[in-house]
Amino acid sequence: MTRPTWSLNCPVRIDATADRVVLAHGEGARLSRQLLAGHILPRLGGGAPIDWRDAASVTTEQQRLAVTTDSFVVSPLFFPGGDIGSLSVHGTVNDLAVSGARPRWITLSMILEEGLPLAVLDAVLDRVAWAARECDVLVVAGDTKVVPAGAADGLFLNTTGIGELIDPVPSGPTAIQPGDALLVSGPIGRHGVAVLCAREEFGFDPPPQTDAAPLFPAVELLRASAGTHVRTIRDATRGGISAVLHEWAAASDVSFVLEESQIPVTDDVRGACELLGLDPLQIACEGTLAAAVSADKADAAIAALRADSRFAAASIIGRATEKRLTPVAIRRLFGSEQPVDEPTGALLPRIC
Amino acid sequence: MCLGVPGQVVHWVSHDPLFAAAEVEFAGVRRTCQMACVPDAKVGDYVIVHAGIAISRVDRDEAEKSLAELQQLGLLDELSNDA
Amino acid sequence: MKYVDEFRDPQAAQRLVEEIRRLATRPWVLMEVCGGQTHGLLRYGIEESLGGAVELIHGPGCPVCVTPAEDIDQACVLASRPGIILASFGDMLRVPGHNGSLLEARARGADVRPVYSPVDAVRIAQAQPDREVVFFAVGFETTTPATALAVLQAAEAGTDNFSLLDAHVRVLPAMEAVLAAPENRVQGFLAAGHVCTVTGFEEYHELASRFGVPIVVTGFEPVDLLEGIRDCIRQLEAGTATVTNHYARSVRPGGNTAAQGIVNQVYEVADVAWRGFGVIPAGGLRLRPKYQHYDARHRYQITASRTSGSDTHIDECPAAKVLAGRMKPPECPQFGTACTPTTPLGAPMVSSEGACAAYFRYRPGTAEAHGTVGTEAGAQPEDRTGVKH
Repeated sequence: MTRPTWSLNCPVRIDATADRVVLAHGEGARLSRQLLAGHILPRLGGGAPIDWRDAASVTTEQQRLAVTTDSFVVSPLFFPGGDIGSLSVHGTVNDLAVSGARPRWITLSMILEEGLPLAVLDAVLDRVAWAARECDVLVVAGDTKVVPAGAADGLFLNTTGIGELIDPVPSGPTAIQPGDALLVSGPIGRHGVAVLCAREEFGFDPPPQTDAAPLFPAVELLRASAGTHVRTIRDATRGGISAVLHEWAAASDVSFVLEESQIPVTDDVRGACELLGLDPLQIACEGTLAAAVSADKADAAIAALRADSRFAAASIIGRATEKRLTPVAIRRLFGSEQPVDEPTGALLPRIC
Repeated sequence: MCLGVPGQVVHWVSHDPLFAAAEVEFAGVRRTCQMACVPDAKVGDYVIVHAGIAISRVDRDEAEKSLAELQQLGLLDELSNDA
Repeated sequence: MKYVDEFRDPQAAQRLVEEIRRLATRPWVLMEVCGGQTHGLLRYGIEESLGGAVELIHGPGCPVCVTPAEDIDQACVLASRPGIILASFGDMLRVPGHNGSLLEARARGADVRPVYSPVDAVRIAQAQPDREVVFFAVGFETTTPATALAVLQAAEAGTDNFSLLDAHVRVLPAMEAVLAAPENRVQGFLAAGHVCTVTGFEEYHELASRFGVPIVVTGFEPVDLLEGIRDCIRQLEAGTATVTNHYARSVRPGGNTAAQGIVNQVYEVADVAWRGFGVIPAGGLRLRPKYQHYDARHRYQITASRTSGSDTHIDECPAAKVLAGRMKPPECPQFGTACTPTTPLGAPMVSSEGACAAYFRYRPGTAEAHGTVGTEAGAQPEDRTGVKH
């Protein structure tokens, strides 16, 4: 006699072996715990026992902390030289670094789209862990939400960073004086070109690579070589160098003049920009900073940066001037100054 | 109107008249470009590419002629400055 | 980059500037036809460097600027249909029609994609056979070979989910329209080097002699542009009006016959409307009946014809005057105030190579600073470098 078997015939998959993110992963019950224990903590937990409290506690001797937050929505999730995971660490850590802080802790908040393969999530988390180790920061807290398919583009990340400010902290753009030198720590426009070419499948080979990398070492070199003479530092992300300089000009009593011949650009960015009719000055970097440094310390700062192979292409690309009608200008062919446009909207290739 | 960029033919991908294609190098990047309009371009030649298709083969002699003319202009300038 | 960097050489450019200033006995008025040339002239400050020896009028050769709003409207409507992928060149996506731009259509959910090449649009169609790909084909004669090749490749491969929303235009009739206008001031043309690469320049002889204007086939780098200007000035000073080729490294007599063959298989000449001009006889191209299957207007039963362009007079935007060279962008009361690249009132402010956007980008400042056309045009009063321009 056969015994009737009873089985659960539920339309919702609840087994943890499912290979994709489901809405239940975000609903705080068993699957959420499995996601945390099976995917997140092994990568980001640093081997510490699970602490189920709602907030992390951190200890610092410092009186002054820097806090920043940033969200990451890049498409595609993986692009040549980088990915959304490492970018979410580099972006936030770099914001702390250029503000004069030593990055110590970050939080990671994830919005996952239902149906995202867990293998993709794992790969992204691996990259978060890798970048956090590279930047010497701890991921101390996090959150996961899942939204229905179609309500997000794979996954979105948010990271909040906390860092300890190190004296001397750069004063900010209001401190920029006419005559100050403008520095960049490396070739410009690489991240934006890499992501654009990967997203739109322009078919370039080798695909242009992002420059995403930690900037804390560059800031330390600037601090050591120019100290209080460093007026302000920014990582030149969206809108590139042009956006940074337009913001600085708006926030201060100076304008800027660039020397085209001194602006470092890699061959792949050059080639891609010529073909697509883009201007590297308007394109995002993720591992390149811009700094305003008093003129008498500029050479020392550049020498210090260039001595490190990661910043060998560092260059003085221009200077601050007294306030003019044109906030940012560039000297090209005849030594005459042409205005540099403020970036507007999405990067679109100019074909005609 | 028409952004056209010179690149060097690296190798041919297809010689089919309609689907002719070659890898063309521009500074640091290469791209497969349509070659139907420049069927006689050789590896090493430069072609001008617009919207993904090569619209001409750069004439080396003509390019050198115009550059030589410019040189000439410079020499004349220097002569007249010396005088 | 070979054949680029040599032609951006500052010393060579400076020598040409000095020669042009020596040659010109009065401020001649030249028109560069092509938007790419406008871009180069402004980017490198070439007109300023010439110190009033020439006045440059920016011509109608910006294909996205002259594409009628009706065509953009049709593209937006098609893009909004389920199942359709609308592909076009990046700068086309920003240009507003009557109901916004393709980028705005994308924000409302349409699948709009920038492509680098029309051939790439065919590849998208082949990769997604369950979707319909419409390529919004704009451009002058430089671009038509690429579009025609895309059609021939689609036909050969049997790619039936690909079609064109055609808006291709021809430059010669527009040059003729500029010269024939009663208020025309243009005394010489820099003809578009990449158009002539495809078409040759034989057709220009008749135009040059009929209107008595020199036409110089010109390239795009600063040295090329200056050589074109020099040759034009030489002719004007000597009282000649012939067609010469100063972009011989790319432009051959007769043009590129292989490219012409490809275009002629697919296209025939047609009367079409231009934004800012109205209908220009023989001003564009349409697919030959054999390829009607690839015509999106036919496939999707769009009844509007390309000769019904009604937007030639947009009240607040005198684009027609700007595109025809009868008004410099800073002379427009809206320029830089109501009309900027982020809030464009007309197409020349939208496209990155549109005359107004190019002016705004490379010559911001007050309208007064640019008002004295001919002598001090573009002088930068704030310039304290002491460098001679």
